[in-house]
Parts: sequence; structure tokens; C-alpha cells
Amino acid sequence: MKLNIGGITEAGLSKNNKTGTWRYQIPFIIEDNCNGCGLCEIFCPDSCLTIINKLVSVDTNYCKGCGICAIECNQNAIIMQSEGESSYE
Amino acid sequence: MNNSFIRNREIMQGSIAIAETVCSIQPGVIGVYPITPQTHIIEHLARLVANGRAKGKYINADSEFSAASIVFGASAAGVRSYSASSSQGLLLMTEVIFNMAGTRLPGVFSAVNRSLSPPINIQVDHQDTMTLRDSGIIQLYVENIQEAVDTHIQIYKIAEDREVFLPAMVCMDGWIISHAYEPVTLWQDEIVQDFIGQLDLPYRVDPQNPLTYGALTDDDKITEFKYMVDSALRKSKDKIKQVSEEFRECFGNYYGGVVEEYHTDDAEIIIIAMGSVVATIKVAIDELRKEGRKVGLLKIRSFRPFPGEEIIKTLHKAAVAIVLDRSFSCSAGGILGGEVKACLYNQNKPAVINYIAGIGGREIYPFNIKEMINQGEKMAENGKISDEAIFYNLNSELL
Amino acid sequence: MKNNVKENFLAPGHNACPGCGVSIAVRLILRASGNNVVIVSPTGCLETFTSPYNMSAWKVPWVHPLFENASAVASGIEAALKYKGNNDTHVIVIGGDGATFDIGIGSLSGMLERNHDILYICYDNEAYMNTGIQRSSATPLGASTTTTPIGSISYGEALPKKDMLSLALAHNIEYVASATIAYPRDLMHKVKRGLSVKGAAYLHVLIPCTLGWGFEPDQTIELSRLSVQTGIFPLVEYENSELHNVRKIKELRPVDDYLKSQNRFAHLLKEEYAQTRKLLVENVRKNINKYGLE
Repeated sequence: MKLNIGGITEAGLSKNNKTGTWRYQIPFIIEDNCNGCGLCEIFCPDSCLTIINKLVSVDTNYCKGCGICAIECNQNAIIMQSEGESSYE
Repeated sequence: MNNSFIRNREIMQGSIAIAETVCSIQPGVIGVYPITPQTHIIEHLARLVANGRAKGKYINADSEFSAASIVFGASAAGVRSYSASSSQGLLLMTEVIFNMAGTRLPGVFSAVNRSLSPPINIQVDHQDTMTLRDSGIIQLYVENIQEAVDTHIQIYKIAEDREVFLPAMVCMDGWIISHAYEPVTLWQDEIVQDFIGQLDLPYRVDPQNPLTYGALTDDDKITEFKYMVDSALRKSKDKIKQVSEEFRECFGNYYGGVVEEYHTDDAEIIIIAMGSVVATIKVAIDELRKEGRKVGLLKIRSFRPFPGEEIIKTLHKAAVAIVLDRSFSCSAGGILGGEVKACLYNQNKPAVINYIAGIGGREIYPFNIKEMINQGEKMAENGKISDEAIFYNLNSELL
Repeated sequence: MKNNVKENFLAPGHNACPGCGVSIAVRLILRASGNNVVIVSPTGCLETFTSPYNMSAWKVPWVHPLFENASAVASGIEAALKYKGNNDTHVIVIGGDGATFDIGIGSLSGMLERNHDILYICYDNEAYMNTGIQRSSATPLGASTTTTPIGSISYGEALPKKDMLSLALAHNIEYVASATIAYPRDLMHKVKRGLSVKGAAYLHVLIPCTLGWGFEPDQTIELSRLSVQTGIFPLVEYENSELHNVRKIKELRPVDDYLKSQNRFAHLLKEEYAQTRKLLVENVRKNINKYGLE
């Protein structure tokens, strides 16, 4: 692909970088406890959480498994589960 | 030339003439920081802003680094911009100038040449602009005030050409051009702006079309990026020639494209130089020609892009080439001298003698030029060409 | 936006460390500002993790010039936008503590002094994190960094943290404030307030750094909270150089809780470093008195 002059590059192409391969643990949502408050969504560094119909869902393409959502959730609705070895080769 | 294009013709100071010309060009953003001897330019621009004639945003920056950065930012936003500096200020702008060349932003700088510290000295030599030569910025050296005025107009058009998009610098000798008084023709604003045209960057900072400037790049692409900057600077050589021709058609004045040849056709000895000393050399050449000496001058107008082809073409018939440098690279001789020798290396070439003179404003008179020519001729006759650059008239009593 | 799906102007897929506080801050800043902005960032963590070539996380215009001149480049962009008659697009500088407190302080001072219509946001992780945790003048007393390591004759950083709020205030700008990511609504409110100023504004955001400060990635928000609850990082707002608003501390937590949660400070709990620890506690007392935090 030809280089742009000046090294100027298009917006938002990081979506092609699937950082989900970094993690070794993944948030597990205890749906009964989740009230869709959105606190976890605010604190996710990687924009992986969305609240749909008052329930949080995780974008596993990018989740790095940092665990902030599990710690900050006020409703005990998220726990981090081990995924074994990191899938990054 | 159309006389109706003339706005004014009178005896005026170089700095005033340049400021008036920059005002006619109407850059949208001007970033300034004072340093002798460019201050008269920015002071006059301030007066023009204060009485509403110059319509751009005039920003008093906190340093030359910031002044150049303001030019960077404004260019990135698609607005024509301008700054001026000298000596230490140009060194401080260096990082930004490299950044502008790589990011392909066509801001224009007036570089009023002044010696570098230490010791602190406000007189002319070329060390300051020479130190920027690797950056990718276009550098044109002018001989007198009218050429300085006309070159500012040309250089905007060259820098903003779609195949170029590089920052550019008009280099003019401090005091000799900035503070001397000469008869100057100033041009009508509309004609000047028409000649330059509109700035049309392929990319600009714009929320409607978000882009990322200054990305982190790996070694798999960097050579090619830098090659693109190198290519653009090489391409600007044709544009310099083309715009010089267009300027001649429109305004009537012509200073050569990338070089000017003066009595070189049958010259056996050709002297090569840049800046205001060229005018002095022309006087010496005229006098020597009256005596029947076959001498000539190759004025280097464009130092970057480097006019290697033109130098080879002009010098191949001469027996002796004398390069007069007003700057040098420690332990490696004169800078122009070194580059001339390098481009001639594989060619049929004259003997090249490199003089370093005029450092820190030391005067160069026609008799000095004649002496260099005579010395050079003698060296060539005796087969004793100095490989090292010669510091002309070095005062051994001080050493 | 249906179903509470909020817009993210910082795309996922950036290379920040897991648990990075800077990415949390920037998401919130952009959420508060909207996308009619131009962001300028100096070299630093944010720049490096968001802008690999052809993998930029920025969905708004973003310019990375050099390390020391983000404020000056922003000044040029702001002037150019105004020259073109655009008074709506906001120019925001988001720069780290190294670029703000040290190398870029000159151009920052110039921008504030000239009162450009720019919001300057410093994301302060208290060291040059991008280059590997070297101290900056934002590094607090006693912190261990690679250039102020603990040794037989050293307890870590020997100098107090530079007071950037006072420096910003010295420029007579309309709005100066401090914020941190554990209080996201407060942060967003302060961003909006800063953008509403027709002139320069300065916002200082403390960001705990999992790698640089030495804690587990999931503790980033908790540490940010602790910095406020211990009185170490007061959340304040100045309007026209007058202290206007302060977040009072409901229950003051002991400084030791903050120190023991981070590897860079953990050594201070030892007896041999009692003097330094005492200085930190005194500092908190000074903050509490100065701002009326209790």
C-alpha cells in the first residue's frame, strides 16, 4: 500500500489491531446482578464494554483482561475468569 | 513587464521592502520572535498589522522554537504562514524545520544570515542557514534587496506546488540586505496573490475529515518516507526554474533559476559563490574582463535543492574553479566547496580551490576577489592545489 | 444514541498497557468534548500507544509534532482556524507530565500568556513513563524511578513535585482545575468548563500508572480514588485565579494506604525512611489546610 505524504494516516484504523490476543483472563458477566448502570463501560480503557438493554456485553476482540471492570462494578456482576495461556503467538 | 503591476518604487530599507512584500502575500498566520538582524522585518509587519493592512494573525511567540511551531500548526490547518529568524534562532527552529519538511508543510521563512555564537556576533555569514541543509527545506540565496523581494513571492509558489509541499527559506545576508537602502519596486497585492495562487494542501487538520499526523513508523517504511522528502526536494528544482521563468514573464525580473551564469561561456577561471558577495564578485569580474582576463562567476541561487547538474555543466570547460564559502564544517572545509567537489568527482573537472572568507561579517572587497582569482590561477599553474579549504587572509598575529 | 451505546472517539485496538489510566482519561475527555475538535499531543505514552502508522486510534483530527512544542503548534492551529472564521472547533492539547512540566514548559507558558482559545490537559503519571519510568519534575518526593532509584544513599526522588497549578495560575487565565479518573463525571464536567472558556484553560489530571507506579492493572481506578481520599491529590477549581470549588474528603484515608499500594513508594514504610514518609504526611496536612479539604 502506497505511503501517504508526510506520514499522515487515516483515523481510527486501530480497530484492525485485535488486542484481545493479549489477555489471559476475561470478564464473565453474572447477568442476574447486572443492572446496566454503565460504570464499567466508563472505566474500560479499551472501549470493550457496551450496555445493551440494561446489560453489559464484552467485545472480546479487544479486551486485554485488565480486570478494572470487575473491581469497579458495584453490583458484583463481573468476575475475571482465567483463559489459560495467552493466545498471542 | 506591465508597469501597472507596480505598487510603489522608492529607495527603502531591505527589511521594510520584505515586510511589505510578505504583507502583499497576506499570510494567514505570522509567528515572530525577535533576533538581530531580522527584527526590522517583524517590526514593520507589526505596524502593518496594527493599521489593518496585514490581515493575518500576528503572534508574538515565546521563542523561535514556538514561532516555527506556530508556522507548523497553521500550515497543517491549511493556512499560509510565515516567520523570520537568524543565527541562534534558526538553530532553535531546526527541530521544527526537519519536522515540517517531513510532514510536507509549506511554510516560508525569511532567514537573515548571521554568524553563530560563540563568540556572539551579529554580522553576516552563512553558518546559520547552512546548518539546516539536511532538513529538506528549500533554500534560495539572494544577492540584493529586489531579488529578496521577488524571491519571497516566487518561493511561496514553489513551496506550495502540488509536487513539492516543502517548507522554504529565503536566505539573505544580514545588514547588507536587511538594513541597506536601495531603490526597490514593490508589486500590487492582487497581482502577487494571483501569481502565487491558492494554497491547496492534500491533507489538512479538519474535524470533517479526521487524520492523524506524526505516526510512529517502523524501519520497514522509514527509508521510503524519507526518500519521498528527498524526491520532493529534487523535484522542486524544476519548479524553481519554472516559477523563475513565469515571474520573468509576469513581472519582468529574472535572477536565474537555480544558478546564474555571469561571463562563464569562455571563462578559464570561474568563481562560485552565494549571497550578497555575488554583487561584489560581479564588479571584480567586470574589471578583470576589461583587462582581458577570462574569468566568470557561477552564482548559486538555490543551495537546496543542490544544483549539481548545473555546476557540472558550467564548470566542465573551465580550468580552475574557486569556491567562496561563508561557512565551514569543522575539520571538513567549506560547505559549498565540499559539495561542489563531490558533484564534480566523477566528471571532467577543473581544479577546485576552496576559500573560506567573510566569516562574522569580515568584508570582502573586489580586490580580495581578484587576489583569490590570482592565487588560484598560480596554484593551478604550479600544480599545487590545496586539498584543504583555505581560510582567506587568516590573521596569524591573533593565533 | 440508542441503548446507551456511547460514542468512543478513541477507537479500541490501541497499544496501551492493560489497565492504562491514560486511555480511560482520553476516552472521557473526548466524550465530554465531542468530535468537533483538534487534538495536539506531544511525544509520550499517549502518542506512542495511539498512533502506529496505519493503526491510529484517534477518530478525531490529531497532530503529534515534537516533544516540546505541542502548545505552540496548537497556538498556530488555533490562529489558523480563527483566521478561517472557524470559532466552533475546539483545540485541545493532551500532553504528559514530562512534556508539560519540563521540556514543553516554555511553549506552554507562551500559549497561556497569549491566552489562546485552547484547553491544555496534562495527563500526569508522574514520570517519563513512555521511555521507561524516568523521573520528571512531576515525580513526587520519595518515589522510586529508574533515574531516582533507591540505593544505599538514596531514598528515591529527593525533590518535591513541581506545583503546576500555581504556574498555570500565574498566567491569569480564566480556568485552572485538577481532576482524576476515579471521578469521571467530575473530569468530564471540568473538560466542558475548560472548553467553554474563550481563552486559555488548564486542566491537570492525575493518572495512576500500573507499570510505572507498580500495582496490579485492575487497581488503576482505586489508586486514583485513594490519591484524592488521602489528600495527596486535591480536586480543585479556580475561576479567574480565585479558588472556586474544592472536593471535600468525606473520610480521610491514611497516607500509608496509598504508599503501600504502590511498589514505587513501598520502601517508605520502612523505618529507615521515616523522615521522608513524614514529609509526605506533612504535605497532605498542608493541602488540607490550603484547600479546606476536610
